[in-house]
Amino acid sequence: MENLVEIKDVDFAYDVRPVLKGINMNIPRGKVVSIMGLSGCGKTTLLRLIGGALKPAKGGVRVAGRLMHELDLDGLYDMRRKMGMLFQFGALFTDMSAYDNVAFQMREHTGLPESMIEDLVLMKLHAVGLRGARDLMPSELSGGMARRVALARAIALDPMLIMYDEPFGGLDPISLGAICGLIRSLNDALGATSIVVTHDVQETLAIVDYVYFMSQGAVVTHGTPDDIRKSGDAFVHQFVWGEMDGPLPFHYPGASYAGDLALEAARA
Amino acid sequence: MNRTILDLWVGIFVAAGIAALLVLALKVGNASTTFNVGETYRVNAEFDNIGGLKVRAPVKSAGVVVGRVDDIHFENQRFVARVVMKIDKRYQFPKDTSVSIFTSGLLGEQYIGLDAGGDSAMLKDGETLKITQSAVVLEKLIGQFLYNKAAEGGTK
Amino acid sequence: MPERAVKNLRGIGHEAINGIWRLGYASRFFLLTLARSATSFRRFSLTIREIYFAGVLSLIIISVSGLFVGMVLGLQGYETLQKYGSSEAVGTLVALSLTRELGPVVAALLFASRAGSAITAEIGLMKATEQISAMEMMAVDPIARVIGPRFWGGVISMPLLAAIFSAVGVFGGYLITVVVIGVDEGAFWSQMQNAVDFRQDVVNGIIKSAVFGVAVTAIALFEGYDAPPTAEGVSGATTRTVVTSSLAILGLDFVLTAFMFTGV
Repeated sequence: MENLVEIKDVDFAYDVRPVLKGINMNIPRGKVVSIMGLSGCGKTTLLRLIGGALKPAKGGVRVAGRLMHELDLDGLYDMRRKMGMLFQFGALFTDMSAYDNVAFQMREHTGLPESMIEDLVLMKLHAVGLRGARDLMPSELSGGMARRVALARAIALDPMLIMYDEPFGGLDPISLGAICGLIRSLNDALGATSIVVTHDVQETLAIVDYVYFMSQGAVVTHGTPDDIRKSGDAFVHQFVWGEMDGPLPFHYPGASYAGDLALEAARA
Repeated sequence: MNRTILDLWVGIFVAAGIAALLVLALKVGNASTTFNVGETYRVNAEFDNIGGLKVRAPVKSAGVVVGRVDDIHFENQRFVARVVMKIDKRYQFPKDTSVSIFTSGLLGEQYIGLDAGGDSAMLKDGETLKITQSAVVLEKLIGQFLYNKAAEGGTK
Repeated sequence: MPERAVKNLRGIGHEAINGIWRLGYASRFFLLTLARSATSFRRFSLTIREIYFAGVLSLIIISVSGLFVGMVLGLQGYETLQKYGSSEAVGTLVALSLTRELGPVVAALLFASRAGSAITAEIGLMKATEQISAMEMMAVDPIARVIGPRFWGGVISMPLLAAIFSAVGVFGGYLITVVVIGVDEGAFWSQMQNAVDFRQDVVNGIIKSAVFGVAVTAIALFEGYDAPPTAEGVSGATTRTVVTSSLAILGLDFVLTAFMFTGV
């Protein structure tokens, strides 16, 4: 199958602190792929590399065959019009209503008349079930509703690639289920490709086609959700089943407990 | 989108700002006398000493402002100060008008005074006035007074 | 002891290099804003919106302050001038102080704390909540779409606010000296008109306020854009906006006054 996004041997560092080391990933067209890992393992950085907001130190990211870090500004903006991104907390424009948020890209990038934009916006809002909330301001929306409006905004221009940065963070179970279902259904309805960066394992495994597992800036393992559930890797097992202790110890490394409490000294 | 109400407010704001500018220009400032350029003619005068006269100082005749000082420069051939005045076209002066530099009050700003003569020919643009009286320089005056006193004392 | 001295010295050097670095970054940001301001004029409704937020919303504080400053000037000026028997000159005093100095400077200081801090907080929050990144990901240039209109909105608003401040201030002075104290009205206006020169005083005051408008808005936008994307970062940047722009206003005022009013 053809790959929409190909990540090859990517190294990346903020100043001198290495964040990504030798990442290789293939995201096939039409699939929903998840990138999982602990906080701070470089998942969000990876999304920024795909979006062309950062340049890799080594290697490269190809989206639809074009090397992102070699594009000039016009080329980059051209590519970004074909991408949608859902940010961690929605990142809705706080000075615009839900309707204007979704209409934003259409007004900026298409010369469509306002009547046609209205139809399109209402279709997008309907898809996420919030047609009735069109006139609400972001401050009047609940967390889950804001996320859904942001999702409608991300798919405003029918992108070929939708990226989700922690789409489930801070949501109640009902909103979470709604977003989860929307990610899958929108992907299939639009014929798009989706990348979901998350650490909510169980919910995600239920909807994705493929999973990449990252730890400390490198890909540890990858496979279908079933492969991951059955994985023999101790870290993946700990992560998937949310166990307290494992390869990633519960205790932050330090002197021995007895030593800190001066028990050894007392015993001596 | 209630853009119309926003536009209205901005319109009110801009109108208020321009109105304030107009008030400053016409009511507070002297723009009403500054703006009638083109209706003036130039007259020159040479002085031995202009004292503290400044460009844009008023030119008065019988106490009424009839023009402004347009330019002051030093004439290097004859070592005098050359003052160019712009005078309102409505006011015509005879050719033998005399020019003096006065001070308004004891410490006020200096201005130019015109005293009309009796010639029937009127001044034309670019002409130079012959009869001039320099500014009174206070230090000179005091110095002169002291010398005179000293001289008087010597003869007695 | 020398160890501490070396450490302090190193600290100072570090701060200095950091400051110069930031200055360079700020200059580049400013030039970029100017270079991409075509959007602000092509889609002028964006700029009108920002004139509303920067200018219209500052209108009340500007007019009330202007009125009081003018009244205080009238009162103080009258007290002093009547000792020399020239209380009619109070109009001159009020008008000259306002048009030359207090109008542009006080209006700009108020603008910095009212509109400047709001701009910084808004941009800082947009950054902290990833709205700026979102805009970039939507292939919309935030400098052209967000920064530019705010810059021009502030630059257009500032001279208008300063003019309103001066005009209201003169009215305040009139109210106190003519209406309340009873100075002769004709003398009040005519002395003022004789002393206040349109080009020398009024236009120079407006030029001053335009320069202050550029400085305050540019500082506010840069501080917001450069703020660390956290709550502390944004609040720190807001404080820095008010402090830096106040200092910039007073410093620039000195330079401009030296240029404008001390020539031959």
